[in-house]
Order: sequence, then C-alpha cells, then structure tokens
Amino acid sequence: MSGRLIAPGRARAPALVLDEPLSLWGGLDPATGRVIELRHPQHGATVSGRVLVLPAARGSSSSASVLAEAVRAGTAPAAIVLGEPDLILALGAAVADELYGVQIPILVLPANDLAAIRDGATVDIGSEGVSAV
Amino acid sequence: MRLVVRAADVLQAERLIPIRAAHVDSCLYHGQATLDFVDRLVDGGAAVRVPTTLNVGAVDLLHPELWRGDPDLAERGRLLMDRYRALGCRPTYTCAPYQLAESRPGLGDQVAWGESNAIVFANSVLGARTNRYGDFLDIAAAVVGLVPDAGLHRTQERRARLVIRLGADVPPALLDDDGLYPVLGIVVGRVAGGRVAALDGLPPSVSEDRLKALGAAAASSGAVALLHVIGSTPEAPTQAAALQDADPEEERTVDMATLRAVRAELGGDGEGRIVAVSLGTPHASAAELTRIAGLLDGQRVADGVELLISTARDTLAQAEPSGVAERLRLAGAELLVDTCSYIAPILRAPHGPVMTDSGKWAYYAPGNIGARVVLGTLAECVASAVAGQVVRDANWGTA
Repeated sequence: MSGRLIAPGRARAPALVLDEPLSLWGGLDPATGRVIELRHPQHGATVSGRVLVLPAARGSSSSASVLAEAVRAGTAPAAIVLGEPDLILALGAAVADELYGVQIPILVLPANDLAAIRDGATVDIGSEGVSAV
Repeated sequence: MRLVVRAADVLQAERLIPIRAAHVDSCLYHGQATLDFVDRLVDGGAAVRVPTTLNVGAVDLLHPELWRGDPDLAERGRLLMDRYRALGCRPTYTCAPYQLAESRPGLGDQVAWGESNAIVFANSVLGARTNRYGDFLDIAAAVVGLVPDAGLHRTQERRARLVIRLGADVPPALLDDDGLYPVLGIVVGRVAGGRVAALDGLPPSVSEDRLKALGAAAASSGAVALLHVIGSTPEAPTQAAALQDADPEEERTVDMATLRAVRAELGGDGEGRIVAVSLGTPHASAAELTRIAGLLDGQRVADGVELLISTARDTLAQAEPSGVAERLRLAGAELLVDTCSYIAPILRAPHGPVMTDSGKWAYYAPGNIGARVVLGTLAECVASAVAGQVVRDANWGTA
C-alpha cells in the first residue's frame, strides 16, 4: 500500500477501524481517549496508542485543538489513516509536534486500501510506506 | 509560518496570497493545549499583521457573574481570551463580526475567517473570500498575513455546483415568516454538505438577519462555506451568475413535507411550559435588539422563565445610549456578551425546555448542554417568555 502523508512521522500499532466518520470535537474525550459520540458505532472504544483508521473526519475546526490536547494528555492515537485529506487534523498534528515534540503521522489512503485494513491488524507506517498485517 | 505552509501543502496550493483581515476562533478554550499554543506565540513576540477580530470565548468578561460552572475553567477561558488580545487582536468576542461596521470585508476581499456562521456570511452575503479557517490556522494566517491560494479564495471554486429550489407547494406567505429561514438552512446544509450551492425561490433582497439565520443553520448541519441566494447575495444576481454560466451538477427541490419534518425535528412542534428562552445565536444585531424591545413593549418576562439574549459587546454598547438595553433589562431580559449560551454554563436550567429562534442553537444545544429545545420565531419566543409557555401559530406553512 502507498498513500500520502499529510502529517509526518512513523508508527507501528494495532488498528482501530471506525465504520463511520468522526468529529474529534464532540466525538473524542481527550482526557480519556474514548469515542464519546453517542450515535457512533464505535462509541466507547479507546483510540489511545492505536492506529485510528476512519473513512473521513468531519465537523468543527475545533477538532484540531482536541487532537493537540489528546497528544498533551497522552491519550492520542499512534497514527491516523484517512480515506480523504483533512486539513483540520493535519494542523492539530502539526501543532502537537511544535508544542510537545510528538509526531502523529496522518496518512491518506485510496478507499480500497483503507477498506483492506482489519480491526486489530498491526499497521506499520514507516519510511518504506505502509503495511497492515 | 510553518503552519500556513503546512496547510498549503495539504491543500496542494501553489502559492500564498495576502489577506486584508482575519477573524479568529481559536480564543475558545478546548484544554491546556490551546493555552500552550497561544503562550508559544506570545512568548515568541508574535503579533497580528492584519486587522483581526476575535470570536466568542468561554466567558462573558463584562458580566462574569453569569457563569454557573467550575471557577477554574472560567479562569482558563478568560486567560485564553486575554492572550489573544495580547497578540493585537481586537477584543470583539463575537460570532457575528460582520455586524460591526469596521469589520465588514467588501466584495472580493481576501480574508481568513473562522467560525462557521461568520464564514458563510462573509462568503455569501458580503462576497468576501475565505475558506473554512479554524483553530490554529486562523491566528497563524493573521500573524503572517498570508493564506494558501486554494478553495474559495479562487473565483472558479466559488461556482455553485448544486441548485436547491423551493418547491411549488411552499406557500408565498411562508417566505415572509422568520420561522422559515432556520429550518430551510438545516435542510440546505444536509443537501449541500461541503458543496457550494445556489438557493432559488426566495424573494429578492432577503434581510441580513434572515440570511444570517439561514446560513448559520446551513453551516451547522453541513460544511457549508458559501451559499448563493439568488436575487439576494452579490455573486448571484441570477442563477446563471451563481453557476458561472455552467450547468449545475445536481438540482434538488425542497418541499413542504421536508420543511415540516425538519421543523418538528428541531422542536418546532413543542408545546407547553418552558423554563428559558435563548435568543441571539448568532449574536443579535442592533436591529434585533430593538425589535425584541418593541415586542416586549412594557410586558415582563414570566416568573420562573429566563430570557437570555446573546449579543456582541460593541452592539450592546450601542444599545445603551438609545435606551434599548435598559428597556430589555426592565422587562426582565438578561444580556450576555462575549460568549454563547450553548457553549458555556450560563442558563439557570439548561435542560429546559428552552425555546429559541435559532436553527443553530436548536441543532447544537441538545448535545452540548443537554437542552430540550423548542423552536419558534423571534416574535413567538418573546410572547412565550412573557406567557411562560409556548405561544405559536399552530398552522405553520398553510396558505
């Protein structure tokens, strides 16, 4: 698989696959790393330390702040894999890198590659590209 | 500068272009990281390079006694609002900067605005050019005075892709009903998503307050940043102009059944006792404050009901010498500035039922503060605040 990195970094961690788009603002509690959007199929799941795989982000631009705050609090995902580019999350990752020196890579993959990643599979985002086992 | 360049990279923009002004939404507290970020800017000696207004923050700095939550959280919210002022931003603290004469960009002006309702108003009603800026990028753009040349900054991207028409079964009288605009806005947002749309079927020269209500609702239910209202907004004197002479990619019709269903979903059929009325989302204009004072006309808000009106501190300052603010207070209304009643613990009984005239408030308040919402027009909201229970026209949408 190969995609486009909109935030740099490397990660190797188990995937948490979300079935629906998520707005981090109102959808993720940065204090706990849990998905708190009541209507979301993965409501209650913990994103911390996982490679968060989702079709798209959506909603408020305040999602950038929520991602940066999750990094500060140590509850952020290890990486994010999206089906379409998202400026808001890329900025949240850039600010977290500037403030806390932590890189959360954000990778954009074509839809068929994204769909091939199974929940719990180990995703490796490295200098040679991305693989999921 | 690194953030602006990163944004240009994500957007695959080839160059940066200068902006004339910015409106910054980053001054609303979302955790320690938001303070750490602005501290980094202040400590680095940053200052805004273009005239910059500030969006709402967490607290009403002029009436701090209205805060009913954790005092520590209020302090952090206040600190963040002060820090942005230290960067040279004007302490406007309003979600409706377009209501301040000195902050209104003109047709074709390139700006970087945050806050979804302000973005759609700037692009659509004023014909200024902004993308959907938000946390971190809005202030970064204000400091460097540049934005990526992408999206709605470019003429061809401002073309409507979608035409949304009012159905033939929408009675003409409804077009002059304030209650149509927030409901229609929610429908438009759902249909348009992130696409530029043109709306056909409204009378010419719809008022700014109605366009405000329409756009704010559309930008709540969808990622709408530009909505051409044919016959009202400057880039849409005709449908052909809104489409830049191309064919629409899609055409949709909104019928009465859809409008009724969405109105009901937002609480438009609510009845009975209410505990609060929240007006001024987005912030009430000077014209709306005058209108509310006129509707109250010597009556008082019912015992046990809180009438809360959110507005900009500058708009309130104008309403003091005219006596409008005093008339509102004497009638029992509370005036809130700098923040909004669905993002801060302000209402005495936030779970409601709370009546509002705002599609945006009706859309967000249930999730944000757990409010049960009743939707009505401005006039119905005022009458209900006086009666202590919902007063409304029972035959909405019948000719």
